[in-house]
Amino acid sequence: MSLLSLQDFGVTRRKRDILRGITLAVGQGELVGIIGPNGAGKTTLMRAALGLIDATGHSSLATLSAHERGRAVAWLPQSREIAWPVDVQSLVMLGRIPHLDSGQIPSDRDRAAVDRALQRMDLSAFRDRTVTRLSGGEQARVLIARALAQETPLLMADEPIAGLDPAHQIATMRSFTELASDGHSVVVSLHDLGLAARHCTRLIVIDKGGVVADGAPKEVLTPDLVRDTFAISAFLQDTPDGIVFQPLEVKR
Amino acid sequence: MTRLGLFLSAFVAVLFMTALVIGPANIGVAQSLKALVAGGEGPMTLVMREIRLPRALLAMMIGAALGLAGAAMQGYLRNPLADPGLIGVSGSAALGAVLAIQTGLAAAFAFGLPLAALAGAVIGVFLVMALAGPRGSSLTLILAGIAISALAAAFTSLVLNLSPNPFAANEIVFWMMGSLADRSMTHVWIALPLIVLGSIMLLSLSRGLDALTLGEDAAAAMGIGLGRMRLTLIFGTAAVIGASTAVAGAIGFVGLVVPHLLRPLVGARPGRLLWASAFGGAAMVLAADIAVRVILPTRDLKLGVVTALVGAPLFLHLIYRTRRDAV
Repeated sequence: MSLLSLQDFGVTRRKRDILRGITLAVGQGELVGIIGPNGAGKTTLMRAALGLIDATGHSSLATLSAHERGRAVAWLPQSREIAWPVDVQSLVMLGRIPHLDSGQIPSDRDRAAVDRALQRMDLSAFRDRTVTRLSGGEQARVLIARALAQETPLLMADEPIAGLDPAHQIATMRSFTELASDGHSVVVSLHDLGLAARHCTRLIVIDKGGVVADGAPKEVLTPDLVRDTFAISAFLQDTPDGIVFQPLEVKR
Repeated sequence: MTRLGLFLSAFVAVLFMTALVIGPANIGVAQSLKALVAGGEGPMTLVMREIRLPRALLAMMIGAALGLAGAAMQGYLRNPLADPGLIGVSGSAALGAVLAIQTGLAAAFAFGLPLAALAGAVIGVFLVMALAGPRGSSLTLILAGIAISALAAAFTSLVLNLSPNPFAANEIVFWMMGSLADRSMTHVWIALPLIVLGSIMLLSLSRGLDALTLGEDAAAAMGIGLGRMRLTLIFGTAAVIGASTAVAGAIGFVGLVVPHLLRPLVGARPGRLLWASAFGGAAMVLAADIAVRVILPTRDLKLGVVTALVGAPLFLHLIYRTRRDAV
């Protein structure tokens, strides 16, 4: 079953094509990394696919009603906005909003979902702390937990691991992997190609408004693609411990 | 939450009863309440039912409206310094009232003033909507509100400036300070439907405001209709603030200070803050209106002056506390 499908999808802003001719489908059990240089349109692609900005072509998520979409996909924006000094579990509970009918108060099921999300993000000890007093990386984890608590088939996250310490970067990628092996799917944009290569089941490379490669990390991250798209050279090897990808030099 | 709710409602009830038994007519507590409930012939019943009851009811309604609208506005704009007057409704309602006083409409027709103020509020809100558009960012809403407020203030000054009649000018200045003196049950009936309707609209925003804690993008993706929220906020605020300004004049600082004071007590959650601020606003205006009658009973101290005198230092203290917390 496809959780997200885009057909001949594009975004035009101020008469300029930002994205065009994108066709792709994300099925169950995938951890898809969206990679590409700055300004390639990764964020725009995800926001447009969600129906948050106007787009041309077809997106399976944008055609859903707002309410259905909240149950089909959880969206974690790049801007880590937390407007009020609420406590951690109240913030994570916001992820349950799409599952509540108007006027309904959270049930044990919702509290259980919040507990699972807090546990996954290693935040159980923080549940009563005020979010705005936590460090930036801790806040980022709380926001990921909020998206996890939504317990949707698909999770889309825009650079969720930027600013986390290495242990929590790896732990977050691993919890995405776990989600994928449970039959959910995760679409994340990333700048860390090493983590992307190591953890994602599939990479989609966006450059100059289109998809330039789509497939398993080892097939996608060829020396030619890495040079043409990212203007770098890199070391890539399949080791017993998994794929190792290390950027080396700038090539212009 | 329930404890806070109980405390606030008990507090409002006590202040409401206090407001009923205080006044220039020297009537005992038991006597006055008996006259209010049991009725009967005589001046005591008249004082209670026609003077004190509407005054206390208006203080409670208007306070609740101001607190609620302030909490909704702060939640929507995600800014603790936002005020319900920000969208220009109180300014344009005041302009309508000033024109009514100046043209003699207020004197010729008993309810000319509140109705003209309501008309001003309606024109103001439609101008803001036309300027800001039905969709669009909160920034355009703030800018449109500031523009309309400034325009209304300019016209109000122009009316005062050109007023040939010093008595009308005097009346305008005193009216703009905000007061609940000499209001009747008819004022209650003019304001009540609009305040109830607007409050229902604003209270319905509770969940959307909670979701907006995460920003507009995340809220929209969770199924919150931002366009509808914005319309509900604008029309709900316009209804409660327009009605309040129409019957009581401009009463500042309640919508700004009350949500700010109560925010820590509701765990900073904007949805819960709506209810709490409605009670808190009612308490603040009831208390201020009692103070008006107790401190200088013979000098017609204006309610809006008292709320500003209390509110501004409180606000300064809150800014100081916010600054200290931020470091």
